[in-house]
Amino acid sequence: MTRSSTVPAAGTHPSSAPLDPDAAISVRGLVKRYGDRNAVDGLDLDIRRGEIFALLGPNGAGKTTTVEVLEGYRERDAGEVRVLGVDPARGGRRWKAELGIVLQSGAGDSQLTCLELLRAQAAYYPEPRDPAEVLELVGLTEKAGARGRTLSGGQRRRLDVALGIVGRPRLLFLDEPTTGFDPEARRQFWSLIRSLRDLGTTMLLTTHYLDEAEELADRVGVIAHGRLVEVAVPSELGGRGQAPAVVHWTEDGVRRTAETATPTAFVAELAARFPGEVPDLAVARPTLEDVYLRMIGEPS
Amino acid sequence: MTTSTAERGLPSVGSVCRTRAGVELKEFFRQRESVVFTLFFPVILLLVFGAVLDYDLGSGVSFTQYFMAGVIAAGILGASLQNMAIGIATERSDGTLKSLAGTPMPKSAYFVGKVVQVLAVTVLIIAILLGIGAGFYGVQLPSGADWLTFIWVAALGSAACTLLGIAVSSLARNGRSASATVTPVALVLQFISGVFFLFSQVPNWLQTVAALFPLKWMAQGLRSVFLPDALAAEEPAGSWELGRVALVLGIWCVVGLVLCVRTFRWQDRVDR
Repeated sequence: MTRSSTVPAAGTHPSSAPLDPDAAISVRGLVKRYGDRNAVDGLDLDIRRGEIFALLGPNGAGKTTTVEVLEGYRERDAGEVRVLGVDPARGGRRWKAELGIVLQSGAGDSQLTCLELLRAQAAYYPEPRDPAEVLELVGLTEKAGARGRTLSGGQRRRLDVALGIVGRPRLLFLDEPTTGFDPEARRQFWSLIRSLRDLGTTMLLTTHYLDEAEELADRVGVIAHGRLVEVAVPSELGGRGQAPAVVHWTEDGVRRTAETATPTAFVAELAARFPGEVPDLAVARPTLEDVYLRMIGEPS
Repeated sequence: MTTSTAERGLPSVGSVCRTRAGVELKEFFRQRESVVFTLFFPVILLLVFGAVLDYDLGSGVSFTQYFMAGVIAAGILGASLQNMAIGIATERSDGTLKSLAGTPMPKSAYFVGKVVQVLAVTVLIIAILLGIGAGFYGVQLPSGADWLTFIWVAALGSAACTLLGIAVSSLARNGRSASATVTPVALVLQFISGVFFLFSQVPNWLQTVAALFPLKWMAQGLRSVFLPDALAAEEPAGSWELGRVALVLGIWCVVGLVLCVRTFRWQDRVDR
């Protein structure tokens, strides 16, 4: 629409860049209105093939709306969107056969057993995975004969993921997949996601858990007020990599704190001042959570 | 399995329809509430009414013979309109429909599955009701050309009520609210449409109200199957009016279809 052929100068709004034809997902200037409120307000996004991209953001920031536009569930009010090269508003059966979708709300109640549900789902796709293997992959083999509605919360979520991957998707959407998981179930889920990545599946993950994003994502994007505020690898988000380190120690019975850009030199200096161990020494960088909370608190 | 060898060939619509039909049959027959509510309710009505209201209507016809037509019509209503309205509203509010819409399943296959479910349940209800009626209450089964009338009235009525049920499902917030709305309406229609009482005993103005809805016409069409032609004189028009039965049910099919096409949603309303 308002695409310009000139190379954008540094600092201009990236909407002027063309869609990336090689990306798994490419979005320019996405707008979605509810009433007179812009839930998504000029969002740009590129997700490369094969990567795991985590979309972070508080409730109401436009995460789910964005994802549901990409999945073809909602129509956009403005902007250009390509998902696997296709405009989701015009995506047909062939396009849907390339996607796997794990909705926040899950797949609903059923009287069918896990295995029956997976077999039925597999029948919609051209090259499905073996339902029994998928159950194995999500750790539900012993629940193969259990009806969907008798599963626990975490088991149901794993069934949702199984239903999302049985069609052998090239692109998998995971909307808050581990809500309600205990720590062990989450670790199992993470290794499942990594093995899917090794099989070449591109994934768009939305989550509230920053450790999950840090653990899984190749890149994270922070969404606030309907816009993507920043995209970076988790360790670099918000200038985290260059942020000054904070050194804590105790000297003369007093707890001391110093910020430094050269923590190694600083600690070496400290070590020279003390005869043995530096008391209560700790060196910290801002956590992803520190950076994230700062970013969503300050709309850019 | 059913995948064609063509590169990236999608499963055929027919094979997905078969899958959906299997899913819908399992969903129905494994759910105790739906089986009891839809399948056994008419059967219990027949057992109770057959035992209690075993009087002679005159000309040697028992009330049970009359009630047979009504209870079959009510059974069809339950298997189609009530079943669809509640079932689909539930699937919409719990996310089942939204999930399906995100898969490459052809949308038509979903509806084919529902039609197979309605058909199977309807045939089963009719068979059980006929069996009990004939076996325990001396109900005379239709003969000859009456079977033909039976089949087209049941099929047309079932089609109209299925389409209406699908349309009504879109009005409800969820399965429970669909049930709370549709069940009393169905019950009232049964009272005024000549299911539990002789239609000729229903006050005129209520007869007029009943005549707006399909149940009255299904029951009337089925009475022509189960009752001797002499009793046609008891009908409001003095005849079975089979032409009008076909017309009204046909109109409801068209109205239902238009409503379905215009109102069907694969997900809950977006509130935000």
